[in-house]
Amino acid sequence: MKGNEAIAESAIRAGCGAYFGYPITPQNELIAWMACHMAEHDRIFIQAESELAAINMVYGAASTGIRAMTSSSSPGISLKQEGISYAAGADLPCVYINMVRGGPGLGSIAPAQSDYFQSTRGGGHGDYHVLVLAPKSVQEAADLTYIAFDLADKWRMPAMILGDGLIGQMMESVALPEYKEQASLPVKSEWSVGQMEQTHRKPHHITSIILDPEELERKVRARYERYKKIEAEEIRFEENGCEGADIVLIAYGSAARVCQGAQQLAAEQGLKVGLFRPITLWPFPYTELERISGSGKPMLVVEMSMGQLIEDVRLSVHDRVPVSLLPHAGGVIPTEEEIFERIRQIVNGGIQ
Amino acid sequence: MKKTYAHPESLIKVQTKYCAGCGHGVVHRIIAELVDEMGLREKSIITNPVGCAIWADLYFDFDSVQPAHGRTPAAASAVKRILNDHLVICYQGDGDLAAIGTAETVHAANRGERFTTVFINNAIYGMTGGQMAPTTLVHQKAATAPLGRDPEFPAGMGYPIKVLEMLATLQGTTYLARGATDTAAHVRQLKTYIRTAFEAQMSGYGSTMVEVLSPCPTNWGVSPVQAADMVAEKLIPYYPLGEIKNTLPDNFLQRTKGGAQ
Amino acid sequence: MKRGKITIDSERCKGCYLCVRACPRHILAAGTSVNSTGIFPAVFAEKPETDTGTCIACGSCYVVCPDTAIEVYELEGDEL
Repeated sequence: MKGNEAIAESAIRAGCGAYFGYPITPQNELIAWMACHMAEHDRIFIQAESELAAINMVYGAASTGIRAMTSSSSPGISLKQEGISYAAGADLPCVYINMVRGGPGLGSIAPAQSDYFQSTRGGGHGDYHVLVLAPKSVQEAADLTYIAFDLADKWRMPAMILGDGLIGQMMESVALPEYKEQASLPVKSEWSVGQMEQTHRKPHHITSIILDPEELERKVRARYERYKKIEAEEIRFEENGCEGADIVLIAYGSAARVCQGAQQLAAEQGLKVGLFRPITLWPFPYTELERISGSGKPMLVVEMSMGQLIEDVRLSVHDRVPVSLLPHAGGVIPTEEEIFERIRQIVNGGIQ
Repeated sequence: MKKTYAHPESLIKVQTKYCAGCGHGVVHRIIAELVDEMGLREKSIITNPVGCAIWADLYFDFDSVQPAHGRTPAAASAVKRILNDHLVICYQGDGDLAAIGTAETVHAANRGERFTTVFINNAIYGMTGGQMAPTTLVHQKAATAPLGRDPEFPAGMGYPIKVLEMLATLQGTTYLARGATDTAAHVRQLKTYIRTAFEAQMSGYGSTMVEVLSPCPTNWGVSPVQAADMVAEKLIPYYPLGEIKNTLPDNFLQRTKGGAQ
Repeated sequence: MKRGKITIDSERCKGCYLCVRACPRHILAAGTSVNSTGIFPAVFAEKPETDTGTCIACGSCYVVCPDTAIEVYELEGDEL
């Protein structure tokens, strides 16, 4: 399946009850899949008038307790940031998918990773975070989408899949997850709106406004206590060959796939190259990376952006080891040869 | 003696933050009366906007959802589609509905979404201190039009928008009515418009909207009584009252009266 | 002709006097004592000595009050 379609189908199987979207390349297959299949399962689908409208439909839907989702690509995700901030401020679970394309501005439709800062630093206004999950393959995209809904519900916050145009468009085999029965989904009636008559409860108000500064600070701090728990429990990463390596590559998503090829090239030349691949970009595996830097070997950050991931890497290792950057922009994907050439330069000559 | 008019149950008995003479209070009460009369308090949800009515959730004894500025109809669309047996009230001011939210307003109306929009038109931005609104009248003074609204270039401030007349061109709209709160007679008439819209919603019709010409004494710079007079002198001649569009079946309200017990 | 009386919650009244303006019998007025927030609430001021100076429980005051501060009663039986 195409990555976009696998994500969509996985969301349906995770019990996504409402999808709202707007077309934008390179994720149009996702909205098309939803247009075809949501109705089959009696779920809600609206092609909204804009990405702004779509994220606010998600906000309304999530308020009712239903599992709600939207998707877009970089420029559309920028439009959604206000709505995502509102959702974070109202503690609403929801899922959104960003299939990143070259930017800034209208940019290109080719894959990129230049929304890393936007994704991992909250993205919209205010102090908050969203869960950021970065798949490297169609299979992982399906798997992470499936658990994104669980994580969003568990922690009452937005969760996003940070993909790119390559993952969205490429076709790979995928084992799709099981359909979740609606009855098995988490119950949210403690805070959601609707059906007051079932329990004759007091009204619930979904809102993010708190005018009293001390009260708002208390709320934000409480949220950050929750984030600390998330950092303790939800970090995911993959490491391969880092033990005893001459150099460690750090990359996520499609860049990590290319790094795997570079590792093989290096092995053929007798070089031991490790790969550390964060899967959750927020929470970021700072401690795990710090541990790896204990070997004293240099690191090379391979990203399809101009120096975003590298900041978190440097935060992890406190400049204990030299950290180099192999950046790209505009939708250009690095090649294995290019990465390997850079590896050789660093290992042999220490050239940054 | 018998009590003939009293505080509706669905309206919380606290002093509101709204200014003296503001139309919001009257409309809030009408909505609460109708929710009581239709027996829908535990099946009502209000989506309230950014604007003075950001406070609306403090005053209704039922659920609320407060989205980003202008996106109220988007959130209401989702809420109503999911909880389609509930009464969903999309409550907005003129900035939320006709400026920043114009796209959401037009498209929700066009899709025939089944919530009811209650549009409070006071021809000015209230909460932020009296800036020009899309519905501000030509020559009317505002904080961002200190010499008065001037449609001529170089000022190029545009003309006041008749939202209902504009939405009436969309096939998805079914019931669009404009009322006012300036006199007792107008308030009673307004209640029948909102009643029709709510009944239409509960009978599965969409989209429905009631615009309310409302005084804003604070930002018009006059007393509440003067502001009420100005609604009749200035607003009503430009924004005509009445049912701007009604494609409901004939005698719709009479036919639903029985179901309203 | 109905006979009535009204009560005004003087603490929730904001002194907008729309009720004074709306009353067809002109028997509401701006009061002369302040409430706890410094407002002069509207007061019920029947003029029973005149032909038309009594409340007819029409509800106009209630209907225009933005603060639902008014309750309207219809007098019955002995009260009349």
